[in-house]
Amino acid sequence: MTTTSVSRRDFMKSASAAGAGLVLSFYLPSKETVLLAEPLAESFSPNVWLKIDPSGVVTITVAKSEMGQGARTYFPMIVAEELEADWGSIRVEQAPAHPDKYGSQSTGGSTGVRTSWDKLRKAGATAREMLISAAAQTWSVDRSTCYAEKGKVIHKPTKRSLSFGNLAEAAAKLPVPEPPPLKDPKDFKIVGTWVKQVETKDRSTGKATFAIDLKVPGMLHATLARSPVFGGKVAGYDASKVKAVPGVRDVLQVDRGIAVLADSTWAALKGREALEIRWDEGPHAKLSSDGIRAMFEEYSKKDGAVGQKEGDVEKALAEAASNVSAVYDLPYVSHSPMEPMNCIADVKSESCEIWVGSQTPQAAQNLAANILGIPKEKVTVHVTLLGGGFGRRLDNDYVEEAVRISKAAGAPVKLMWTREDDMHHDLYRPASHHVLSGAVDSAGKLVAWKHRVVGPSITGQRAPERIRDGLDRGALDTAINMPYAIPNLLVDYVMANTAVPIGAWRSVFASQNVFVVESFIDELAVAAKKDPVEFRLQMLDARPRMKKLVQTVAEKSGWGRSLPQGHGRGIACAFCFGSFAAEVAEVSVANGKVRVRTMHVAVDCGIGVAPNTLESQVEGAVTLALSAAIKGEITIENGRTKQGNFDTYPILAIDEMPEVRVHIVNSYEPLGGIGEPPVPPVAPAVCNAIFAATGKRVRRLPVTSEELKRG
Amino acid sequence: MVALTLNVNGKKQIVDVNPDTPLLWILRDTLGLTGTKYGCGMALCGSCTVHLDGEATRSCVTPVSYCEGKSVVTIEGLARADKLHPVQEAWIEEDVPQCGYCQSGMIMSAAALIKQRKNPTDADIDAAMVGNLCRCGTYNRVRKAIHRAAKTGGAR
Repeated sequence: MTTTSVSRRDFMKSASAAGAGLVLSFYLPSKETVLLAEPLAESFSPNVWLKIDPSGVVTITVAKSEMGQGARTYFPMIVAEELEADWGSIRVEQAPAHPDKYGSQSTGGSTGVRTSWDKLRKAGATAREMLISAAAQTWSVDRSTCYAEKGKVIHKPTKRSLSFGNLAEAAAKLPVPEPPPLKDPKDFKIVGTWVKQVETKDRSTGKATFAIDLKVPGMLHATLARSPVFGGKVAGYDASKVKAVPGVRDVLQVDRGIAVLADSTWAALKGREALEIRWDEGPHAKLSSDGIRAMFEEYSKKDGAVGQKEGDVEKALAEAASNVSAVYDLPYVSHSPMEPMNCIADVKSESCEIWVGSQTPQAAQNLAANILGIPKEKVTVHVTLLGGGFGRRLDNDYVEEAVRISKAAGAPVKLMWTREDDMHHDLYRPASHHVLSGAVDSAGKLVAWKHRVVGPSITGQRAPERIRDGLDRGALDTAINMPYAIPNLLVDYVMANTAVPIGAWRSVFASQNVFVVESFIDELAVAAKKDPVEFRLQMLDARPRMKKLVQTVAEKSGWGRSLPQGHGRGIACAFCFGSFAAEVAEVSVANGKVRVRTMHVAVDCGIGVAPNTLESQVEGAVTLALSAAIKGEITIENGRTKQGNFDTYPILAIDEMPEVRVHIVNSYEPLGGIGEPPVPPVAPAVCNAIFAATGKRVRRLPVTSEELKRG
Repeated sequence: MVALTLNVNGKKQIVDVNPDTPLLWILRDTLGLTGTKYGCGMALCGSCTVHLDGEATRSCVTPVSYCEGKSVVTIEGLARADKLHPVQEAWIEEDVPQCGYCQSGMIMSAAALIKQRKNPTDADIDAAMVGNLCRCGTYNRVRKAIHRAAKTGGAR
């Protein structure tokens, strides 16, 4: 631990500076009344992560964004565990963006727990050791006879105790110790237990506050008319009818289009409808999904950039007993979090204040600083709750818009995206095209695997200079380094960028590649005349964690037991974002309609740190992934997105939600992520189950009833 | 602009507004009741659900003028004094919300449902809640919480 008393003073300074703006803090429901008293000066804060007030309230700072995954719950759980705090005394505070105080504040890649685990444990343990020392000094006893428990330090021989609150002042005067001893995981009392999310009550009473709910003094409501065609520009506009809309205050041209500023959201929306804009549609006005697919097919004949090569795949294919080839396609899909993009920006001459639900507040800070040409220290970014993220809020395009509009208007603005804005201007999960062949030998063993991935690269579209030799390894995530031992293998990549904006969608490229890989493995199991579980297990000897998960999920799902006519089970697994997931779907198909009845999901992410939020993450992964598998498709026509709302882009509803059975396997291996790893196996497990039920192989998502009805 | 008299959460409110404005924006922008959410603007997602004379109603497509003389109840008005509505209690007990954005609408639809049907079946729940979309994946807990609310609190 390198934290010193200097950093403590810095923290106190910055804490009081933050007090001048909007401090987002909230309390555990039962303890609201505890907070009324304490003066900040006497509190104990050994590092940036926690503070103990003389009243005993423990304030834990959360520097990652809360978007439903439970950041404001599981980070405090980790600190409180090592601190030996009473969970009921915990108060949580959201950190604003800071260039370096908290390390990376980016919330994505399922990195939250695994990258914070050690530092948060040390933060809590440091405070615990100091509180124990303070108590030992107070009692003049040997500190080894004292221990901490439930917010108190106890002197074992005499059973005397002092609360953390009582010890705060004395502990604050002690030097911060060297790396403290950490608890043995088997002694955990909070980590690994079922803890409700800190915000549950606020989220159930309408009090939970998202950026869209905030108002700042003098704020105008803004909407922005953007080019419907990707890459288009304003050629001219007529705002004469807009000014007649009651409540409209101004119309301004900014970087991405024409902004309407008004006294209310409704006036800003009506004002935008009254705008007459001529667009220069630019070079992409003819872009279409069909055209893109044709391009992918053409590109698939080019030479690929090799991602992974083992043995001699061509020879193995030529010599094998049985050969299979297939082509798979995935469409663009949207994120569509329930809270559409929005942001409040207040640009002043030398500074800027932003309120936003962003997954990357530090990037938002940098972006605003660059746009305005001011130091990033002059940009305050308050992080609100996020009404869903799924990767969409990793990008700050809407922050950029709000900053530019506020600057042009000379007033604080709340930029509101409508659902249509959100769907038309998403950064979609990329479409992709996959060409595969594989072979099994006479013993039913997989001996050859060839997979060509054709599709856009997120990096390639945004920063082409970072792509070397046409290879984006990220785009091959899970297509390379599959868990299976395959002696002859070639996975290569043909980058096929388009003008359609793309971004990270929960599990990014794994959600596409695992669909393809696990479906094609199933096809090869059929060719090998093997049970799909058996076929996988025989290739997993070198990956015992995956093997155990496949066995676990097979057993828990009753794999092999008979099912009614028209029902089927399918299995799929994946290793990504540091964790293993294996899933069995049970589906029924009637009249071309798929009904997913149960999803069994086994996960090994090292330790299930917060089983409650872990389970909801799995339920969420199933919901989002199933929605994409059976419903989601963004189509491009005339250079624009065809779908605009949930009528044309339906998402999974309650009547389609399968039962989700979560099986947590604690391997005590290094921690992995949990937000993303359960996503990729959902689509292939479902499609493999459809095959088991109907004999129909799905090679193109989303699954459509027309396709299932077609013999 | 027209002055309208509304009854929101049992309180008389006089608002001076464009009468075509959807109730949603009057609640959020004019009255500061931001618990009711905007999700789609077309009655497709249910995030904006409130009770209009006790009926679950999508406020994003309901002109404010239509609400004159009717009782509007929002998520902020569902609890009575300090006592949460049984549906809210059940929501907390089952730890339903993830991001929470759709949850006000979910709870308002669920409260209207158990007022109508004391013991809703799964099919009743499907029918009443199918228009409330959640992207995070709370559906199974929503179902559990509605059953729990029906069992423990009942309607009121």
